[in-house]
Amino acid sequence: MLSEVLLIAGKDLRIEFRSRVALNQVAPFALLILILFGFALDADRASLTTFTPGLYWVAILLSSVLAVHRSVAVEAGEGAREGLLLSGLRPASVFLGKTVALIAQILVVAIVLLGGVVIFYEATIDDGVLLVTSLVGAVLGVGAAGTLYGALLGGQRARETILPILLLPVLAPVLIAATRAFGDAMGTVAADGWPWTSLLYAFAALYLALGVLAHGVLMEES
Amino acid sequence: MTSTETAVAQRGPTRSRATTILGGVVLIGVAVWLFLAFVASGPDIRTTAEGNTIGQFDAVRLLYIHVPLVITAYSAFVVTAIGSFMVLVKKSVWWDLVAGASAEIGSLGAALTLLTGSIWGRPIWNTWWEWGDVRILTTLVLFMLSLGYLAVRRLEGTAEVRAKRSAVVGLLLVVNVAIVNKSVEWWADQTLHQNSTIAEGAIADLKAFTLFFSIVLGLAAYSWMMIHRFRLAWLERQYDRFGIDDAIAARRSEADHAQPVTQGESA
Repeated sequence: MLSEVLLIAGKDLRIEFRSRVALNQVAPFALLILILFGFALDADRASLTTFTPGLYWVAILLSSVLAVHRSVAVEAGEGAREGLLLSGLRPASVFLGKTVALIAQILVVAIVLLGGVVIFYEATIDDGVLLVTSLVGAVLGVGAAGTLYGALLGGQRARETILPILLLPVLAPVLIAATRAFGDAMGTVAADGWPWTSLLYAFAALYLALGVLAHGVLMEES
Repeated sequence: MTSTETAVAQRGPTRSRATTILGGVVLIGVAVWLFLAFVASGPDIRTTAEGNTIGQFDAVRLLYIHVPLVITAYSAFVVTAIGSFMVLVKKSVWWDLVAGASAEIGSLGAALTLLTGSIWGRPIWNTWWEWGDVRILTTLVLFMLSLGYLAVRRLEGTAEVRAKRSAVVGLLLVVNVAIVNKSVEWWADQTLHQNSTIAEGAIADLKAFTLFFSIVLGLAAYSWMMIHRFRLAWLERQYDRFGIDDAIAARRSEADHAQPVTQGESA
């Protein structure tokens, strides 16, 4: 099982390493969103710093949609989907493998973006442990839900327009919880971030389980 | 004429005696409901022990549409979830069409719930939109999720593939609504929303009856729409499956009629 997961994750990451879509397109897009927020909020340092957690996570969610598209797109052409079906790999392994690869890519984007908010928004990090823990939990959830909904849409031509409307409302709880946890870690809100971090991990666990269960149905059929 | 066309010509596409009666009852119910809501029941005015006048005044009448809408919408999504579950368990097309029909009515209900709630909130809470309220936000996210579900239903694929794919999204809809509700509850810390007006006993007598009547009427109207929408979906599906056969049969019969026959025989 583990070797199958690593095989699929390795495949997706190798494609990413050679094409550099996440690094050269998705990460710059995420930074661009940060800069656009800067313009939109009139370059007001105080409000940018106050709203950093929320703006950061909105930027992550929007760029994650692009990363999910990419993750699905590598299976869409050249009979890749049929190849995957014929490979005899368990659907659960395929789901977990693609999730791992997607999570790795979103994490890279998240780290780049973290540098972005520190430089552009003068965000300060008070509690590094909380920040990293909640970041990982949130990205796990985004990766699991993203892979599941991505698989659902498969090779559909309408994917580009449907994925955001399908995925973003689902990720609303992640946005809420991650923003609160970051607010605590960056000292912008007086709230305890740890319960929110637990919520993030609960969300991630739920979606990992749902993905493992549902992926078989989706992989055969769509 | 083909069998489907004959049926349509005889009694309309989705109508039957039962739905005509149900539709008639709902129409009469609407008249009674309007009378109860606007004429028979009074505005909500209460006097406190100190002699101050409180209450929702005429805005209370909005509850007679807001409450049935929200109950109908949430019930509709419960039906969608049950239908989705049955599709996965029984691989049943019938349940797929039920789930789809119910979700369409449910999203309309959710949209109208938000609209009427917003209109009610303006005089009572002094705001069109309240970010601190759990139920408003949950209903909004539910509405968004239902739009996604309906979009997925329209994706291409064979009927079986579409049914399965929609069923997964339909079931996730319920899971997501539950998570959103819990997380928003936690996030907003408190809610501005009324507790159940009926349970609190804040509403009594004719007002309570009007509210009860409106809920029953809402569910009856839902049933009526549901039957028609389901039958329409069924006909659409039949058309997809047998439309070609019917068209070929029609062509054949035209060709038959083109043969020289006497008037009497063709009848």
